Amino acid sequence: MINIFEVNETNKMVEHNNLDVRTITIGISLLDCIDSDLKKLNENIYNKITTVAKDLVPVGEQIEREIGIPIVNKRISVTPIALVGASACKCPEDFATIADTMDAAAKKVGVNLIGGYSALVSKGMTKADEMLIRSIPMALCRTERVCSSVNLASTKTGINMDGVKLMGEILLEIAEQSKDRDSVDCMKLVVFCNAPDDNPFMAGAFHGVTEADAVINVGVSGPGVVKNAVEKVRGENFEVLCETIKKTAFKVTRVGQLVAQRASKLLNIPFGIVDLSLAPTPAVGDSVADILCEIGLEFAGAPGTTAALAMLNDQVKKGGVMASSYVGGLSGAFIPVSEDQGMIDAVQAGAITLEKLEAMTCVCSVGLDMIAIPGDTPATTISGIIADEMALGMVNQKTTAARLIPVIGKGVGDTVEFGGLFGYAPIMPVNKYSCADFINRGGRIPAPIHSFKN
Amino acid sequence: MEQAKKKTIITVVGKDTVGIIAKVCTYLADNNINVLDISQTIIDGFFNMMMIVDLSTSEMHFSQCSEALEKLGDEIGVSIKCQKEEIFDMMHRI
Repeated sequence: MINIFEVNETNKMVEHNNLDVRTITIGISLLDCIDSDLKKLNENIYNKITTVAKDLVPVGEQIEREIGIPIVNKRISVTPIALVGASACKCPEDFATIADTMDAAAKKVGVNLIGGYSALVSKGMTKADEMLIRSIPMALCRTERVCSSVNLASTKTGINMDGVKLMGEILLEIAEQSKDRDSVDCMKLVVFCNAPDDNPFMAGAFHGVTEADAVINVGVSGPGVVKNAVEKVRGENFEVLCETIKKTAFKVTRVGQLVAQRASKLLNIPFGIVDLSLAPTPAVGDSVADILCEIGLEFAGAPGTTAALAMLNDQVKKGGVMASSYVGGLSGAFIPVSEDQGMIDAVQAGAITLEKLEAMTCVCSVGLDMIAIPGDTPATTISGIIADEMALGMVNQKTTAARLIPVIGKGVGDTVEFGGLFGYAPIMPVNKYSCADFINRGGRIPAPIHSFKN
Repeated sequence: MEQAKKKTIITVVGKDTVGIIAKVCTYLADNNINVLDISQTIIDGFFNMMMIVDLSTSEMHFSQCSEALEKLGDEIGVSIKCQKEEIFDMMHRI
């Protein structure tokens, strides 16, 4: 039988170390909503989302009460809209009406974000894909809860450099449109290499076409819990350190597994995956960078950071894999800048640069995340940063992403406030040398060879 | 029905005073809730109690019981929390 110390340990994780379940995300297929009439299509989408997800928020709250652990977000991801809208939409404006519908449906069921305003263009773009991409600035500026993502590259197809070039321009357009609000709309857009179909986290969540009609995906969190555990083994060797992280990750992930199972049962929707993740928030003590410091670095970004992060990421996965029956494709530690107080401190101290962050993304999940850059950065330079990140994912057969925020009217030394869970970020310097001729070539970079690995 | 049989863990944490256990137990008895196990200790100077109870004999639903106990806790000046046993089983048992 459960004893008082175990009960205490669990409750302490919640009360003192910010243990929470970051999100329950319902993935909903919209393939059966497709219609060549735009009005009918919008109607179908609204009806399907509001029917399938109608109980998501109350069920989430019920589980929260039963187990006494906060479930911070309830969200929805849908089939990439470029596919769903292809036969009905004749111009970018038509696509933007679907974003309006998604926004309205999200508000109706009470979720805070809805993802899937997406296009998968890792090899080439259809007309619909391109129209959707060109409609992203419009869609993000006039909706509140819609998130967008574009898959620009994969290990099997190479990098779509036309897409990379276009996204640099689109990002600046979004920044320009929301410049009176520090270009915040850019944080609702992420570009991927090897985007997973079952990602529960925003802004990159979409419901892949290989998925069932509806699934429950859960993302756990818990950097504070891991940090607390690591504090207790200060000075011990790596064997002890790794065991500690693994055991802690196991416990944290079990919470996600339970929540996913309960939600699946109560909503009568199949359980998809649990994403094993260390997802930080700006709350003090809820930081991945702080874990790195506790492991023995003065600041995140110091020499040794990449090795420490690689070890942390691997142990989180090893502990988490056993705790869950199905594990999601994005699992690992996230290293967003603005959402992590330790990371912000490292930027302000000058300990971490964009280039070091790039190196860190080789060994952890996701990529360059929530990074504010000067608003006068040229579109081709933004595309260059994206291309570098795509190349890392492509060659290393992993998911990488970039969520950059060029803040119009601000430069290095300024900070930008995103609000709430998104935190704030000091603007980071970008290498000032041009890559315009490289980006302007057009076409695509072929897929890498999968043998002769060195 | 299967769900109703599952056990609930009640934790009481706060400053030690006279009659905490009595008040909680009176409430449970009044509502026909059977106590299966109690352990109590002082951690860092704070009163810590854990009870494992069975709600299946009671008319009360989990959420009603949870709210009522939380209110009772406010009256006594301690924090009372109800959680389903599953969460602890999941976390601490393979």
